[in-house]
Amino acid sequence: MKLLVCPLNGPRPVTEFAYGGEVRVSPDPDACSDAEWGNYVFNRSGSPGQKYEWWCHAASGFWFIALRDTTTDLVIATYPAEFVQTGFSRVRPQ
Amino acid sequence: MFTRHDTLKPGYDVVIIGAGGHGLAAAYYLARDHGIQNVAVLDKGYLGGGNTGRNTTIIRSNYLTPEGVKFYDESVRLWQDLAEDFDLNLFYSTRGHFTLAHTDSAMRTMRWRAEVNKHFGVRSEAVDAAFVKRAIPSIDLSCGGHAPILGALFHAPGAIARHDAVAWGYGRGADRRGVEIHQQTEVTGIRVQAGRVAGVETTRGFIGTSRVLCAVAGFTPRILDMVGLSTPIYVHPLQAMVSEPIKAWLDPIVVSGSLHVYVSQTARGELVMGASLDPYELHSTRSTLDFAENLSAHMLDMFPFLCEVKVNRQWAGLADMTPDFAPIMGVTPVDGFYIDAGWGTWGFKATPVCGKTMSHTLATGRNHELIEGFTIDRFARYQLTGEKGAASVGH
Repeated sequence: MKLLVCPLNGPRPVTEFAYGGEVRVSPDPDACSDAEWGNYVFNRSGSPGQKYEWWCHAASGFWFIALRDTTTDLVIATYPAEFVQTGFSRVRPQ
Repeated sequence: MFTRHDTLKPGYDVVIIGAGGHGLAAAYYLARDHGIQNVAVLDKGYLGGGNTGRNTTIIRSNYLTPEGVKFYDESVRLWQDLAEDFDLNLFYSTRGHFTLAHTDSAMRTMRWRAEVNKHFGVRSEAVDAAFVKRAIPSIDLSCGGHAPILGALFHAPGAIARHDAVAWGYGRGADRRGVEIHQQTEVTGIRVQAGRVAGVETTRGFIGTSRVLCAVAGFTPRILDMVGLSTPIYVHPLQAMVSEPIKAWLDPIVVSGSLHVYVSQTARGELVMGASLDPYELHSTRSTLDFAENLSAHMLDMFPFLCEVKVNRQWAGLADMTPDFAPIMGVTPVDGFYIDAGWGTWGFKATPVCGKTMSHTLATGRNHELIEGFTIDRFARYQLTGEKGAASVGH
């Protein structure tokens, strides 16, 4: 059984978690063009790499962020959800 | 079976990336129907080693949208005489295909699909539980008591075929017409000049060409990065497994969306089984015990007598998924760069018609009419296709 380390609950079986996709920053919906909005809604960075992702520990309803390598499936670090406001702008890929 | 080419030519009329079923079929029809023989098919691994050799070999056309039904019905038609075309036994076997309904709402969807199918001349019927029992006497209609089968969508033309032979057939047919197949040749870059394709960089040197077809399934995003195109494609593994060979007892193909199972029995007697996608992005073909455990449990709900049968092998492929469960095909904003991707969990059955339509598109520079609903620009126009019949399981 593969384990994932939740920042709140510690190591738990990966089947207790739901994957929420890559952390992405929305463009300003009032200021952006239709094409920019369509790009945000639909397009994804599909290539493998180290990605910041939303995960939810379903049993406790706790959302957090994991930095995971999508080639090896190794989780490098986990962060509380506040990381989106506090640190993500420094590390996010441009 | 194939000519071995020790050197690459400095240029080709068309370069196809990916020597799987789709890429080789495109090469075959380019050479046979469009007179374009100066074609190279490149693969970083070996021929048919990707999703062509990893799928569960089911062929059907019982889809939900008119675009989907017309497209796959053409594919099913093309499948029928391929073996003769190739002079190679594909073990194409028409079995009939049951999509089981365990709830009233599922029965309603089956009637809807049956009516859409019949409207386009495809043989599908909503049938009751007694019909299912007659065709599959060993099924437990109560599924252990917790998911009783109410009926099914029965699609008589549903079939299976030997997937490796499909790649070999198309490969040999293309090879005999002058197409060069280069295995273990990885594309490392694509040269684009003034918005036009000029050639591809490979681990064996540069090749000049004005037309490139990308037919690489789970590796599509990496190739698209080389030409600066964005798509909604995301990659999840799709696993499958096969049992030890047993006496023939299962003639039709059986699918249950509620139990997340699809199963058929091969001519050798093995049960080929699959379930739904792995739940998160991963670019790896590892197998998991979770998958084998869950799939076995659901198999036993339907067929409890299999409890002593062993699982022989399990494996995974990289499924290139799209948000509307329809493929992305045709011309792209980069002149000379063509795409056949987003085939996710449902690409094998479409191999012949993808080859046909993509060869037409490559030869003429215009999208074939059957793929107009699948173009890369549909997302920017907010016009998704919405083919929820795309895979029978998981959504």
